[in-house]
Parts: sequence; C-alpha cells; structure tokens
Amino acid sequence: MLESRATVGPYWEKPVPDDEHLAQQVEHGREQHLMLDARPPAELNQLTLATMRQTGPRFWIALAGLGAMTLAFLTAWAIQIFSGLGITGLNRSVMWGPYIANLIYFIGIGHAGTFISAALRLMRMDFRRPIARAAETITLFGLACAALFPIIHVGRIWKLFYMMPIPNQRELWPNFRSALFWDMMAITTYLIGSTLFMFVALIPDFAMARDHTTGWRRKVYGALSLGWRGTDGEWHRLEVVSNILSFVIIPVMFSVHTGVSWNLSMAIQPGWHSAIFGPFFVVGALYSGVAAVILVMIIVRKTMRYGYFMREEHFNAMGIFLLILTLSWIYFYFAEWITNWYGNLPLEKAIQAMLTGPLAPMFYLMLFCNIVVPLGTLWSRRVRTSLPAMFIIGILIQIGMYIERVLIVAGSLSRNELPFNWVNYTPHWPEVTVTLGTLAFLGLLYMVFTRFVPIIPVWEVYEGQAMQESRRVGRAVVSTRTEVH
Amino acid sequence: MAEERNNGHKWTMIVDLDKCTGCQACVVACHAENNVPISSEDEVIRGRANHWIRIERYWEGEYPNVKARFLPVFCQQCGNAPCEPVCPVYASYHSTEENVNIQVYNRCVGTRYCGNNCPYRTRLFNFWAPRFDEPLEQQLNPDVTVRSPGVMEKCTFCIQRIRRGREQANIEGRPLEDGEIVPACAQACPTDALIFGDKWNEHSRVAQMVPSERQFKLLENLGTEPAVYYLKGGETHVGE
Repeated sequence: MLESRATVGPYWEKPVPDDEHLAQQVEHGREQHLMLDARPPAELNQLTLATMRQTGPRFWIALAGLGAMTLAFLTAWAIQIFSGLGITGLNRSVMWGPYIANLIYFIGIGHAGTFISAALRLMRMDFRRPIARAAETITLFGLACAALFPIIHVGRIWKLFYMMPIPNQRELWPNFRSALFWDMMAITTYLIGSTLFMFVALIPDFAMARDHTTGWRRKVYGALSLGWRGTDGEWHRLEVVSNILSFVIIPVMFSVHTGVSWNLSMAIQPGWHSAIFGPFFVVGALYSGVAAVILVMIIVRKTMRYGYFMREEHFNAMGIFLLILTLSWIYFYFAEWITNWYGNLPLEKAIQAMLTGPLAPMFYLMLFCNIVVPLGTLWSRRVRTSLPAMFIIGILIQIGMYIERVLIVAGSLSRNELPFNWVNYTPHWPEVTVTLGTLAFLGLLYMVFTRFVPIIPVWEVYEGQAMQESRRVGRAVVSTRTEVH
Repeated sequence: MAEERNNGHKWTMIVDLDKCTGCQACVVACHAENNVPISSEDEVIRGRANHWIRIERYWEGEYPNVKARFLPVFCQQCGNAPCEPVCPVYASYHSTEENVNIQVYNRCVGTRYCGNNCPYRTRLFNFWAPRFDEPLEQQLNPDVTVRSPGVMEKCTFCIQRIRRGREQANIEGRPLEDGEIVPACAQACPTDALIFGDKWNEHSRVAQMVPSERQFKLLENLGTEPAVYYLKGGETHVGE
C-alpha cells in the first residue's frame, strides 16, 4: 500500500526507533558511516564552502614556503637552460636520470585519482564518494607536473616543437615508431580525458557554489557551471556522461603508465628490456598514487575541517586498498627480479650486483619503505584508521617508490654491454632542486585549488545518502541501498 | 628495418686488433678532423669523456702475468640500428645512399633516447657549449659543423670526406676508386689497423678482407648488423 505523502519525510530525517536498543544501533551507524549520517544538503553545502573562503596564517605560511621552493625550482631550471645540462650529474652512460624518474613518479601519483573516481564508481563503492575529487585533483596536477619533465629533460628546449605533429611545409613529422612519441600521445590523451571527467562531475558543485556566493566568485562559478539548473534531464545526462567517461578513462589510464614503462622496456638496455614492465608500472603507479591520495586526504581533512566527510571508514577502506596494492607490487617486483636472477645473464647480474653493492643503502631503504612497513602494519585496523600512522606510511611509500624509479632508470643505465663504459651516477644540485621544487609546485597548485573549487563532491555525497535506507531485521538494524539505474 | 642492397655504397671499417697498439693516434686525428670538443679532466672524471673514437683498454690475467687488450670503439654504423627507431624527431636516421647512420644536429632536440639505446655507447651528448683551448680554436675544420649544446653527436665515418670524394669522382666522370676515401682515424693509424672501404665494391680491400676467419662483430648477438668488422688479435688466433 502506498504511504500517504504526508508521512514521507525528507531522506535526512530518518525516524528514530522507539526501542532503545535499536535507537542505539541507528545512532552507532550514523557515527560510523557517512552514508548513514544524512544531513540536509544545505548544511553540507555550507560545510564545504565554509573553509573554502578561509585562509588562516598557517595557510599563508605554507603558501609562502611552497612558493619559495617553486621559485627555487624555476631558477634552477633557468640556470640549466642557460648553461646546458652539464650542470646536472648525468654522464655519457647515464643519460636519463631523476628527470625521467620524476616523470614516472608524477604520472604514477596521478593514477589513483582516476582509478578511485572511475573504477570505484563503476563498481558502486560508496567510500569513494567524499574522496573522489581530492584524488582527481592529484591526477590533474600530478599530470601537469609530469608533463614538465620531458621539457626540463631535453637538451634543446627551444626546439621541443619538433616532437609535436605540427603541419609544416617540409612535411617533417615526428617519428611514430618512437616510444617517446607514444608516451607523449598517451599523456596528452589522459590529461584531456581526466580533466574532462573531473569537470563533468564538478558542474553541479560549481552550480552549488554559484548559488551560495556573491561578487566575482558568483560570476566565475556561474560561467563554469554552464547554466546548470538541476533538472531531472540534466541529472540524467550527467549520469550517462559520467558512466561513459568512466569506461573510456580506465583503458586510457592503463595505457599511460604502460606507455611510460615502454620508454624503458622498448630499449635494449639490460634492466629495462622486460615485458613485465607494462603491468608492473601500472601497479606501481596505483601503489604510490593511492598512498598520495591518503596523504592528501589527511591534510585536507585536518586543514579544512572535513572530519564529517572523511571518516575512519574511508581511511580504513583506502588502507585495505593500499594493502592489496602492496601485495600486487611485491608480486610484480619479485617476478621481475627472480626472472633476471634465474636468467643469470652477465649484465643483469651486474645490475643486481650493483643494487646490492654500491647502491645497497638505497635498495634496502626502498624494500623497507615499500614492503616491510606497509606489509607489517596495514593488516591492522588500528593502524589503518590512525591518521598519524597512515601519514607516515604514505610518506614512506612515496620515498620508496621514488627510489625504485631512480634505481630502474639511472641504476640500470650505469651498467651496459661494454664494461669500459660503466659509469656510476650521482645527482647534482639541479636534479635535487628541481625534484623537490616540483613537489612543492604540486602542493602549491593543490592549496590554491582547494580555495577555489569544492574539494568535496557534495552532490555525490548526498546522492549516496539519499539512496541509503535503514531496515529492521529481527533485533538488528541493517543499512540497505537503493539502486536507481 | 634492416638494410637491403641498393645502388649506394656500403661503407665499412675493418679493425685489425692484431695490429692495434693502442697509441690513440686515431683519437687525436678524429678530434682534429671532426671538431670534437676536448673534455677537461674534471669532466672525464664525471664520466663525460668526449671521443667519437675511443680505445677501450681491458686488462687480462692477474699481475704479473697481465696483458692489456685494446679495442677501438666508434659508431658501428649499424645496418639495423637501435638508435634510429627511438628518436622521436628523426634526428637519427639511415642514409640509403651511403648506408651509414646519420645524425642531424639541427633536428636533434636532445631527448638522449638514442644514447641510452646504443649498446656500444658511442653516442655523445653535448653537455656544454663546445670549447676549444687555444690554439685549437684556430684549426677547426670548416667542412664540419661545431655542434651546439644539447644535441647528440657521434662518429660519421667522416661523411664530409666521403661526400668530397664522391663529388670529385663525379666531376671527373669516373667511378670511385677503392682507397680514395680515407677517414681521419684510418689515415692516422700508424700500423694500418683501420681499413676503410665500400663492401659492396667487390674489388675493394675491405670486401676481400671481411671473409676472414678472425672476423667478428662487436655484440653481434644483439642483431644490430654493424658495419664495423673486428679481426681478432693476440693469441686468440694461434694455431690457425
């Protein structure tokens, strides 16, 4: 029988059961789960927008610090362009060093964003709802920073346009057989695709921001929301477009890091020339990416007071995801290592001997950060839900995965076919400055971004909350979920 | 793509290791002929020794029964060159006329991918603007570009001499003779350990010397099809 209209309240006004025991269960559910803790959309809007317009002294100090580091990076880059790549530590055998490792690293941390928002969306995982945008933002800026590195890396930056397929009267085209060209295509496709995907999901939030702001902000948000009114037809189209883009972006995401890995594995350099590099790099990218998302979640939650949105359950879920990725990464790493070790080819042995010899401190630090710590701690729910612990683990994984890339790129190159040309590599100040400066630049972009764009996808949160329902089964209250597709 | 026989020349070098004394005259001649900048001592320690041809010295045995072996290594002008497909801008491409590997300096953007993919490590990167100590700047060869910083360079088999020889023969309306074109390194070699010629000219000295029992190619297992043939030296051919 249909209930009369009068008794159907809004979804955030859940009736409290008379039974004290059941009422406790409902209360417990609200505390634990964001999806069960429904509040009026207006309240959530205010919660999101309130901190967006606040910039305390600590914000400005952090901004100045990151800005100074970015400035140092730009200065180092300018000096490098002016005086030539001679100021770096690269040599005639190790022609690729941290700049290429940075490219791999920054594209890597950009992978989790798409995975969380696209793959988890298609799998209908509710825990991605409040964190999807924070993750996508890393994708956006991670890719932007990554795209800097081929430019920083080349010898003649002023001739870079030769690499692009620009029509010219001499009909000189880029070389389509070059893995660098594939990589460039993959990165641009991914950058465009993920920006589009992010923007589509942002439209309702821009409209929300437009309706709650005045002055220039209102004008900017009004333009960005593309005249969104929130009609049924608009929501329906948003749903369709988001689903299509989710399916499209996932293969692109895989192609990007496979493309990056092919830069290495298509070369005949021992230590690079390995068919496992494609999937290995994709897993490695997700691994460092998810760790980076956890770091950003902690910082955003702390500094923007989004404790309501990012709860223990989200850190728990991300921690489990990170544990799965730890195991996958270990599997790939040792599959590659053991194949080389068993193959017993002199050069691959030489590379392994170097990792356990002169480069041993870095190698073992990498194993400690990537294997020992995550595997030893993430199985515990107490660790997964403790923010300081997750922060430290996240930082360690960043360090570990960065070292792993440097070891693959520069470590392998220092051992090559003719032993006369074995040269070890030591980074010089430009590489260090540029690497740290780019990280600061990423942070700077992110900080500024959080003050202009709602970093919580509010509409996704209340969409999820509206679909939740508590039902009574015997003496228990269970939450159920309505699928409206 | 591997080379196919065409109407061009197949420029080939033979390095007779039995004759090589490791005197480095070829290295000096190459620097003078091709305007190769001289690296400072610090740069060499940093692993940036800049030579288009280098003598790799390997020690064999334990002291006091130790032997030095010399291996002159320069661009092998591979018929199936690993450096060519990886260049995103075709700065490294294959000449079908001379059948050597050409580096186009003004097309190069300096991704250094070719350098990583060269198993012989004969490709060099210009880390700094070229600098020649006095009075070396007075003797730069006008036939050869001085490369700008940020580009890759490598041995060209003295392509300027090849072109000049061919044009001279053309003017005189006669076919090119064997031995007419000699790269600087081969010209300077006091023991005649470096022999240069067109392998597709059946009467050339190179074509006759290649089918030797002592012949091998450097890193032949990689399938790069080098145009440089080495003849084994030392005791390796005792008992032939």
